[in-house]
Amino acid sequence: MKVTINGTAHELPDGATVAQAVRILTANRSGVAVAVNDEVVSRGAWDSTALAEDDRVEVLTAVQGG
Amino acid sequence: MNDDLIIGGEKFSSRLIMGTGGAPSLEVLDAALVASGTELTTVAMRRLDPSAHGSVLDVLRRRGIKVLPNTAGCFTAGEAVLTARLAREALETDWVKLEVIADERTLLPDPLETFDAAERLVADGFTVLPYIGDDPVLARRLEQAGCAAVMPLGAPIGSGLGIRNPHNIELIVEFANVPVILDAGIGTASDAALAMELGCDAVLLATAVTRARQPELMAQAMRSAVAAGRAAHLAGRIPRRRYAEASSPLHR
Repeated sequence: MKVTINGTAHELPDGATVAQAVRILTANRSGVAVAVNDEVVSRGAWDSTALAEDDRVEVLTAVQGG
Repeated sequence: MNDDLIIGGEKFSSRLIMGTGGAPSLEVLDAALVASGTELTTVAMRRLDPSAHGSVLDVLRRRGIKVLPNTAGCFTAGEAVLTARLAREALETDWVKLEVIADERTLLPDPLETFDAAERLVADGFTVLPYIGDDPVLARRLEQAGCAAVMPLGAPIGSGLGIRNPHNIELIVEFANVPVILDAGIGTASDAALAMELGCDAVLLATAVTRARQPELMAQAMRSAVAAGRAAHLAGRIPRRRYAEASSPLHR
């Protein structure tokens, strides 16, 4: 299935979870937050939350700013 | 003398809050933060870049500086609320510097979107520090909405123009029952000292330090300026007079 991760299209196996999507970008679990279709998915739910076709996944972290 | 700054029930002995934008490297930033003596420092939230090396979070953690995520780059209340929630999740803090800008040319804060977002974030349990124009009425309304501080600008972000309307800053200070943090526009040490002399509780700055020729030295200057301005405010300045008043007896 096709999902968008940080603006880039990715092909993931059906039933892939948020945790799998995060692992494409980073092995870190701390200091990172995820939104799927503009809803926050808390870290504790990454392993149990399955993605669906065309989901928009945003993986954010803190950078220099302000 | 015990003169702690208290925001949202937390105590800080430094009244200089730092931003992290604009530093040429994490090493330069690290040295500047240490020199500034800051205990609270802002970061922005952005898409994770797998190729990035080192993290501003590591610097803050190593130095024991409390992280204050901002919502920089947001143009609507909805974006700001989502960004604040992501920051809470990533950084495990419910503090947020709420920043909702109106356009990229002026980077001026949008008062309506900011107020809307502030109400929603307060209801969601956040400790909200909103960045606003130098508007005493909006400052009061945000305090009534439950914000933990107000952060009026001295001048547009990164402009280094100093405090364009000291009278409004004084009015904000006069009415406020929460800390007033002068945010944005500081160009050099005298601007920071003036903010404190006007009665602000703290100063937030970034560019003035990170883009100075010698960031570490400017950070040190800002630290001294904030402390000096605070002391002068507490000490009470003499009234301004039209004519001289002799400080020594005029006749023998």
